[in-house]
Amino acid sequence: MSMTQRQVLEVLAQHRGRHVVITTMTAVGVWPEFSDTPLDFAYMPSAMGHGPSLALGLALAQDRRGVIVVNGDGSMLMSLGSLATLAAHPADVYVVILDNGLYEVTGGQPTAGAGRVDFAAAARAAGIPRAFAFDNLAAWQAGAAEALQGPGPAVIWLKVEGRLGQKTPKPPRPMPDQIHRLQAALAK
Amino acid sequence: MFDGPSVVAALKQCGVTHVVWLPDSELGTWEAALTGSGGLPLVRVCREGEAMAVAAGLMLGGRKPVVVIQCTGLFEAGDALRNVVHDLKLPLFLIVGVRSWYALHEGKSSDSCPVFTEPILQAWRMPYTLFDRRHGAADLVGAYRRAQVERRAAAALIAE
Repeated sequence: MSMTQRQVLEVLAQHRGRHVVITTMTAVGVWPEFSDTPLDFAYMPSAMGHGPSLALGLALAQDRRGVIVVNGDGSMLMSLGSLATLAAHPADVYVVILDNGLYEVTGGQPTAGAGRVDFAAAARAAGIPRAFAFDNLAAWQAGAAEALQGPGPAVIWLKVEGRLGQKTPKPPRPMPDQIHRLQAALAK
Repeated sequence: MFDGPSVVAALKQCGVTHVVWLPDSELGTWEAALTGSGGLPLVRVCREGEAMAVAAGLMLGGRKPVVVIQCTGLFEAGDALRNVVHDLKLPLFLIVGVRSWYALHEGKSSDSCPVFTEPILQAWRMPYTLFDRRHGAADLVGAYRRAQVERRAAAALIAE
């Protein structure tokens, strides 16, 4: 049974623990349905493709706290080299790739790698042995705890249904407010 | 004159916590000083846009990084720079090697890199200071501290 973005994010919310969660692109619009705490950071406005790098910096700065970044396949393809960077700097970063083969926010055009790129294999090849792949909800529900509670870096590749007609979501609050409340939470 | 030991000392004097870098042949001579005993943590990246985002994450987490790259990488990293400086409004500090700067000004090079470095920074509304052989690490300290006091981003261009 294939998974929707909403379903996979619901499972993620159940297992995120005390990790910071950075959302990107369309996940920004869905994630607040499940969590909207100071440790939830909507990376929007963003520089597309740079969510994993932002997460790495945050994890290096806060070495007792893990950072989950919810990335799209299109975003991941823009910065595949960041997998090698993550491998070079061990930190508790968990890259969750929602792979629908589409650029949803631009109307649903296929990515260049749609249906061909094996992101788990790419992660392993870049030096990240903790790479997971889930293509159905039951498997993701069963494997989420192990994937998210072990040491980072980890890459979690989730095959999800594509959605057409999506618009660029709005973040739950302006960026200055997001930064202020994240930094306040991290300082505790 | 900028060499590894003096630059590391200057960065430490400024309270810099991490160096995020993808060096060129001139900046790369700082490697031994950066990685030696008492150096600074180096975060090596694969592309310069990554460096901007890693630095942003470090700043969000309360650290004080600098990004060290060549001007060619600055060109590549434009969107990431725009996001960090103008969307997130974080005090990003760049040290950028300007390839062929001396050769161009001596009429010995047609390398387009030094032609575009300053206009690119101006286009991104990024304050910068150009340092040449007359300058040294103390000038770098001054540029960094001015930016920090004014809570703004800035770039230090190192003529090569």
